[in-house]
Amino acid sequence: MSLTHLTIAESVKKLESGEISSAELTEAHVRAIEGARALNAFIVETPELAMDQARAVDARHGKGERGVLEGVPLAIKDLFCTKGVQTTAGSKILEGFVPPYESTVTANLWRDGAVMLGKANLDEFAMGSSNITSAYGPVESPWRRQGDNRPLVPGGSSGGSAAAVAARLAPGATGTDTGGSIRQPAAFCGIVGIKPTYGRCSRWGTIAFASSLDQAGAFARTVEDTAIMLGSMAGYDPQDSTSIDLPVPDYRAALGRSVKGLRIGIPKEYRVDGMSGEIDKLWRDGEAWFRDAGAEIVEISLPHTRYALATYYIVAPAECSSNLARYDGVRYGLRVPGKDLTEQYEATRAQGFGAEVKRRILIGTYVLSAGYFDAYYIKAQKVRALIARDFSNAFKSCDLILTPTAPSAAFALGEKTDDPIAMYLNDVFTVPASLAGLPGISVPAGLDSSGLPLGLQLIGRPFDEETVFAGAAALEKAAVFTAVPQIMAV
Amino acid sequence: MSLDAAAVARIARLARIRLTDDEKNHLAAELSQVMDWVDELQTVDTEGVEPLTSVVGARLKTRSDIVTLNVTRDEVLANAPEATAGFFTVPKVVE
Repeated sequence: MSLTHLTIAESVKKLESGEISSAELTEAHVRAIEGARALNAFIVETPELAMDQARAVDARHGKGERGVLEGVPLAIKDLFCTKGVQTTAGSKILEGFVPPYESTVTANLWRDGAVMLGKANLDEFAMGSSNITSAYGPVESPWRRQGDNRPLVPGGSSGGSAAAVAARLAPGATGTDTGGSIRQPAAFCGIVGIKPTYGRCSRWGTIAFASSLDQAGAFARTVEDTAIMLGSMAGYDPQDSTSIDLPVPDYRAALGRSVKGLRIGIPKEYRVDGMSGEIDKLWRDGEAWFRDAGAEIVEISLPHTRYALATYYIVAPAECSSNLARYDGVRYGLRVPGKDLTEQYEATRAQGFGAEVKRRILIGTYVLSAGYFDAYYIKAQKVRALIARDFSNAFKSCDLILTPTAPSAAFALGEKTDDPIAMYLNDVFTVPASLAGLPGISVPAGLDSSGLPLGLQLIGRPFDEETVFAGAAALEKAAVFTAVPQIMAV
Repeated sequence: MSLDAAAVARIARLARIRLTDDEKNHLAAELSQVMDWVDELQTVDTEGVEPLTSVVGARLKTRSDIVTLNVTRDEVLANAPEATAGFFTVPKVVE
């Protein structure tokens, strides 16, 4: 079997036994990345660094304790600061920025022996659902519709991470999820993506978009691999005041738990008007799989669901406008000179930010401005409280919530770009759990009529990623998703 | 909620983003559309509901007031578009 087709779990085993070396495994992925540049999945490739790290891992083989990711090469979303390696957030305003420090999440991965292949492309500042807002060009999905060679979007914002894992350029990748940026691209690319509970992973060194929502997570081709990765990435960090001081459970052990007797909630409000027959069928398949595995299906109600997107599109832009105020052309990144400081700010930000980022900064500035703060921002925070309360009420009668991940399969590059609201609707099933800070996972569960992957989402109680993983493993087992993308490293 | 080009110009000034007249007109239409859409929230009864500022609900921890970041001044300044004598430099602010 080709080295680029190994899962993380398989790689770890073969590396440990000495059957393969990390240098061999890493080089295979470095070559695969070189051969797939047309996808534009990476902003920066780091082959020399990767080979150095791999050789260092190989040199200590057999000496001392092995990390859980010892020798495994990974792609890192270019939102995580990596010491000495350019970190752009997909924006021109950070072009050339080389962090003098390492994000906690990536530091944890390196502590556990992982190897960095490069920095994966993303929507600018993680704002988007298609990866078309990157200043470094859009990412192409490795998937194609049957009989149609038009490039499709990989989803977003973690589009490069998802495309890289699907195309076998990396066995795993980091992502971040603010309103669906891990789960939606995972669904579009036919892979697994987990967003843990808010607070599970440290946000330190991750470039901020909306701080009350941003959370790091993992992509891989199996549920088990995401469990291995998250176990490494998660953990308390005193440098992030919202990171939670709880022990990280053994997520991999949770995969073996039976789902027998679990109550799976089906939120009736998610059966939205105009839902496609294919998505509806996929959802019913998911119910049937759980029933067959001995779980109980219960209807639940999340009455404020219809207000979630509007709430999100006030809260997230408000936080974005505040967070992105730091890009002023003074301390790092782009500077466009002006005759005074204000002109310099205005010129720098005009040139450095793309259209979607500007749109969100302006919406955020508006809803936070005098006279509108209570009517919009405080109102949205109150509705957010109601949305969170809906979930805690629902979890009195169920243990997991099952929904489709996205309302459709991937769309073509260039579709849905004229209307910001049509694009925002991609996140209709992922945003509510984000607002409530809950863990969610997308598992590939079927194909649509044009042969594109579709995902099912499981949402769990706060800090109960273990049940989420157990449910996801059951879905994965029942779905037997074996389809592969048309563009793939051999 | 309708926003005109002048309103967009005021918001852009607050956000320190220079816009062309074309962008102001275009954004006035787009932002109006988004604000109309989010206006739906006004119909939700939030009487007596506390605004949710954090999903974590945990009390903020205190920590010892000690420097933990091992980054030197030169490392920090290395990313500055312009730095002089150990400082960030900006256009003259005070006459």
